[in-house]
Amino acid sequence: MPPMLFDKFKTMAAFQAELAARQVAPFGAVTEELFSATEGVVQGRRVILAGSNNYLGLSWDPRCIQAARDAAARWGTGTTGSRMANGSFAEHRALEREMAAFYGLDHGIVFSTGYAATMGMCATLAGPGEVILLDADSHASIYDGVRLSGAEIMRFRHSDPDDLARRMRRLGERAGQALIIAEGIYSMLGDVAPLQEIAAIKREYGACLLVDEAHSLGALGATGRGAAQAAGVEDDVDFTVGTFSKSLGAIGGYCVSPHAELEAIRYCIRAYIFTASSSPSVIASTRQALRIIQQEPQLRDTLWDNAQRLYGGLRQLGLPVGPAASPVVAVEMTDQINTINCWQALLERGVYVNLVVPPASPSSNFLLRNSVSAAHSSAQIDDIIAAYAGLVEAGLLQPAKAG
Amino acid sequence: MAGLEQQRKGSKQMTDYQDYLDFLYRALEPYNKQALALSESTELVADIGLSSLEVMEFIEKIEDHFDISIPLNILPDVNTIGELARKVRELNP
Repeated sequence: MPPMLFDKFKTMAAFQAELAARQVAPFGAVTEELFSATEGVVQGRRVILAGSNNYLGLSWDPRCIQAARDAAARWGTGTTGSRMANGSFAEHRALEREMAAFYGLDHGIVFSTGYAATMGMCATLAGPGEVILLDADSHASIYDGVRLSGAEIMRFRHSDPDDLARRMRRLGERAGQALIIAEGIYSMLGDVAPLQEIAAIKREYGACLLVDEAHSLGALGATGRGAAQAAGVEDDVDFTVGTFSKSLGAIGGYCVSPHAELEAIRYCIRAYIFTASSSPSVIASTRQALRIIQQEPQLRDTLWDNAQRLYGGLRQLGLPVGPAASPVVAVEMTDQINTINCWQALLERGVYVNLVVPPASPSSNFLLRNSVSAAHSSAQIDDIIAAYAGLVEAGLLQPAKAG
Repeated sequence: MAGLEQQRKGSKQMTDYQDYLDFLYRALEPYNKQALALSESTELVADIGLSSLEVMEFIEKIEDHFDISIPLNILPDVNTIGELARKVRELNP
């Protein structure tokens, strides 16, 4: 038999078949009903949602829901077109101004998804003959973007400023043209990039710096702008990208910048041009959520209280959860089948978390990835910890060996 | 270890293709679990069975040793040890 087009999918098909045989469906588990930002029915079971990235719980805020309703009534359900053609409504422009103003900047672009924002910016800013240095553990949207850019792509070791500095030195005079890419909070393990050190290297060589704040917007910084604000290096960031689908509870992405050139760059981004713009209802709820995170900084405090509570609880159980508390708390595992069994057991004990397998996880490890919300009650966090404790007692999770 | 140190110092002058090959053979030893007899036509993934994570780790070792950065862009064109040796030589002026 000659090789067939679909042969390369056999491994994935076998993995999916194995999951089906075990009657577990961790990927694309169907949410059948929601009762709040933190509770719902997933695959027939009533669960606490501990893998939703709904960091501030705003997807269920009545003010955001009302804003979406009003916008749908006023503008209809969709724009039916690209931002470049008929798809730029007053709502989109208003959100761009408000997002830039939130960062104290003049220029902003709104995209239809966070993936489109990050991928589009990474594909467009540097091109053939130029160099991109990206963190080795960058999100797929960054990898996909830089691959399309045509630029020379070099990875530096994850959150390792010394390795970045070595690579900048090796570039010689090309370093001044380089684009450095890092994230704020890394999405899988919840660790925060050393942005002070990275910004210092950027300054030393006169390079450009793009920071993806997808998981840190609304979670870090004095006013919730993200990790660069928390590190005090916002002036060194040339382009901030992020998403509306986490702390802002909707869907969409953005880029803000101090550079006036962003207005010209906008018309060169294929991920901006060749896709329909967000529905007005989505933009309207995002605008409302952005107002809320500015008016209610206490949401951030609650998020971190919950993060500390979950992190502390899982750590006390002896589980390998990483060096510091974060809105993302991941339990690192080494055995795939064991991780899948734990995921299923958590679901059966009323807790939905994310199951992460390589290459989505940054190493060969498997993750039970929890994300915390300001909308979780302390009792819910304790229930999540109790579910893990139940797994330890049942011998499914072995703290000593789990690392 | 003295030999390794000497070799590191001399690495910038090392221009002979065979020297690059020999370095790669040695660096690949920890990954060569089936103890294949390595040659320039041995494929890194198809023959030795490097995973994508191991490929990146191996590339980092080469980068550290020669004090170069290897762009990800070259990877689709590199299958064999010989192809990698030629690329590393190109990048190490």
